[in-house]
Amino acid sequence: MIPEAGTGALLVALVLALYGAVAAAVGGRRGRPALVESAQHAALGVFALLTAAVLLLIYAFLTFDFSVRYVANNTNLGTPFYYRITALWGALEGSIVLWAWLVSIYTLIVILRHRTSARQLYPWVLTVMLTVVAFFLVVMTMPAPVFSRMMPVPADGRGLNPLLEDSGMITHPVALYLGFTGFTVPFAFAVAALVTGRVGDFWITTTRRWTIVAWYFLSLGLLIGGWWSYHVLGWGGYWAWDPVENAAFMPWLTGTALLHSVMIQERRRMLRLWNLALVMLTFSLTLFGTFLTRSGVIASVHAFTQGSIGVFFLSFLALVVLVGLGLLAWRWDTLGAQGELDSVVSRESAFLLNNVLLVAATFTVFFGTVFPLLSEAVRDVKVSVGAPFFNQVNVPLFLSLIFLMGVGPLIAWRRASLENLRRNFLWPIVIGVTAAALFRLLGVRSILAVVTLALTVFVASTIGVDLVRATRARRAMGERALPALGGLLLRHNRRYGGFVVHLAILVVAVGVTGSQAWSVHTETTLKRGEQTELGGYRIRFDGLRESQESNHGKVTGTFTVVNGRAAGAVLEPAKKFYPQEQSPIAYVDYRLGLVDDIYLVLGDFARDGTSATVKFQVNRMVSWIWIGGLVLTLGTVLAVLPERRKAA
Amino acid sequence: MRRRPWRWLLPLTAVPVLALLAYGFRVNPRDIRSPLVGRPAAPFALTSFEGAPMQLGALRGKVVVLNFWASWCYPACYEEAPVLERGWRAYRDRDVVVLGVDIQDKDEAGRKFIRDFSLTFPNAPDHSGKVSVDYGVYGVPETFFIDRAGAIRVKHVSAVTDQVFRDTVEALLAEPAPPR
Repeated sequence: MIPEAGTGALLVALVLALYGAVAAAVGGRRGRPALVESAQHAALGVFALLTAAVLLLIYAFLTFDFSVRYVANNTNLGTPFYYRITALWGALEGSIVLWAWLVSIYTLIVILRHRTSARQLYPWVLTVMLTVVAFFLVVMTMPAPVFSRMMPVPADGRGLNPLLEDSGMITHPVALYLGFTGFTVPFAFAVAALVTGRVGDFWITTTRRWTIVAWYFLSLGLLIGGWWSYHVLGWGGYWAWDPVENAAFMPWLTGTALLHSVMIQERRRMLRLWNLALVMLTFSLTLFGTFLTRSGVIASVHAFTQGSIGVFFLSFLALVVLVGLGLLAWRWDTLGAQGELDSVVSRESAFLLNNVLLVAATFTVFFGTVFPLLSEAVRDVKVSVGAPFFNQVNVPLFLSLIFLMGVGPLIAWRRASLENLRRNFLWPIVIGVTAAALFRLLGVRSILAVVTLALTVFVASTIGVDLVRATRARRAMGERALPALGGLLLRHNRRYGGFVVHLAILVVAVGVTGSQAWSVHTETTLKRGEQTELGGYRIRFDGLRESQESNHGKVTGTFTVVNGRAAGAVLEPAKKFYPQEQSPIAYVDYRLGLVDDIYLVLGDFARDGTSATVKFQVNRMVSWIWIGGLVLTLGTVLAVLPERRKAA
Repeated sequence: MRRRPWRWLLPLTAVPVLALLAYGFRVNPRDIRSPLVGRPAAPFALTSFEGAPMQLGALRGKVVVLNFWASWCYPACYEEAPVLERGWRAYRDRDVVVLGVDIQDKDEAGRKFIRDFSLTFPNAPDHSGKVSVDYGVYGVPETFFIDRAGAIRVKHVSAVTDQVFRDTVEALLAEPAPPR
């Protein structure tokens, strides 16, 4: 029953989406509001049907309806309740459903918010959004049929990939997809602007918040992905430059560039062509990411099953890129700048440089990701590009970006005077240099770490200088210190939201630097009662125990921290044995700290529990990365609040 | 207004990248030749679902089709099960043996699979996983074609088709039998 009902819903949704896309376009072109309204109804119908499909699928998961092949492949009778819901996006077909559903939700919000405010662009925005949904519906009904029936109906399902049985998997894909799909809205507006020839600044101001929201979710998705990798995969790292991580990172880089270049267009009427191109690029990169994960073209830990789906994605990617660039070419003559660059020492050029660096980073990441393919095509040699390439190329770029993060927000528009530079940067530079000397004296050996930390201190002090000065100005008007600061944050929420986001990036940068420079690890075999020491922490092996969980067997090791701040803490790393997996899955145990994480992975063990091998890591400052995510959330909320300045 | 005909070259810049990605469909990043091909097949002794011994060593002089499967492996294992059964029935009188090894599975589900497809060739569960490790099985289904001298000659990943079965087995049968 469910397979047929689900497939039916998707087919009707597909027809509606195609109809809506065409109707909105015709209505927009001929100026017939009735048609646009009809397209709007179609979009609502698509949303309702996709919601129904999602609910049906969840229902099938909850009731173990193994007549649905997707359910049989991704759960079994032992799968715990929550993971039966998240199994919805645990594999290829369901992830496409989630994707399409999110785009349909965004479409709904666009309808609610913009149907009257953006009259001219609106029909074309609808067309683009519905076309994107239609594409995903095609994928869902043809190469990756999520509701296909399983014959004969098996007694039990295969079970979810055990690595996905983790809380990170509840939020990571959703956040990431909210980010990916969120960029559909700015893209739709950009296309609409080009089609209608209204390439002025209206589309940019309309989509600014959308871009921030999409960017935020993408950031969050990346951070949660790092957290998942850190506490599930058991290698103690959070980023590996895996092709699929790169695929999510590239739109983040171009999205970041866009957030900044938009400001130049708003202020100085420059970079119109550039901004349109960046939107196109960002959206294309989100599709490229999906293509990469689902085509099997490049080997990756994330790769879903292969199949004809890659051809569909590449075709759609080609359509988007060619149409996008074609539109840019068509409107080329109207996209010239109205303002121009007055001086190299100005906020415009700081932002331009920021954009150049971000796009350069995107390019290097792209190049490194597709290089294995290029090498095979040109020289017929299989190669893989590893972390060293990405680190070497990107670290200097990111350091320069951090530096610009300090300069950009404070330097004057148009042309910075010496007085402006002295006023804003003298103290931060003094503080930054002092910090560098201090870190060196404190025994930080790595030059890279000293430079990065000093730069973060420099940027943080530019923010501090700005806040102190602005608060002082308000206090001079008679306000008290705290209300003055609060009022400042709320009145100029966009500016200070940006600052808070910058602070978040700094916190993440400190975490990355610290963990790279100071983490230590060892691997050792301990007899029961024996101790080992690493980085000032001693742990004792207290034995093993076996247990049977709902869908797997488990061997748990008990280790006790015997000294220091965490003395007495018991860590229980385990190995889980799933019937459907070839090899056991490691279950990591850890104690997080502001500075030190104690992190244990159970290796081989004697069956009688007399000895076990343990991977013992003391990871430093990693928590700062997750804290950065919280700060990022605060900053984003502040930045997207409606501006109050004008009302005041 | 200035005319800039070259601006139409802009979309063309994307073509090489798209072409490169399209080329990606022609290669398989995981396609690494099994080092076991050409080597003697690792001996094993399992007990079939019926309780009979299932040993590779006893089959020297015959062509052996060794198939790794699991009941949860849908659709590939479901597609190839009838193929293997047909092949077994057609060739069993010509010194060809089909052996199934059920890996990472529950016995009950494995038995149901055998019943559902009415498989008559010997099948055994690999409880310890030792056999699949010895053969470097990456996923199911994988099928090894072993010649009469006991060497692995072909490793087939994904479902076996009638044609693959027939062609491979015929080629191995056409080779002269090794001296006993």
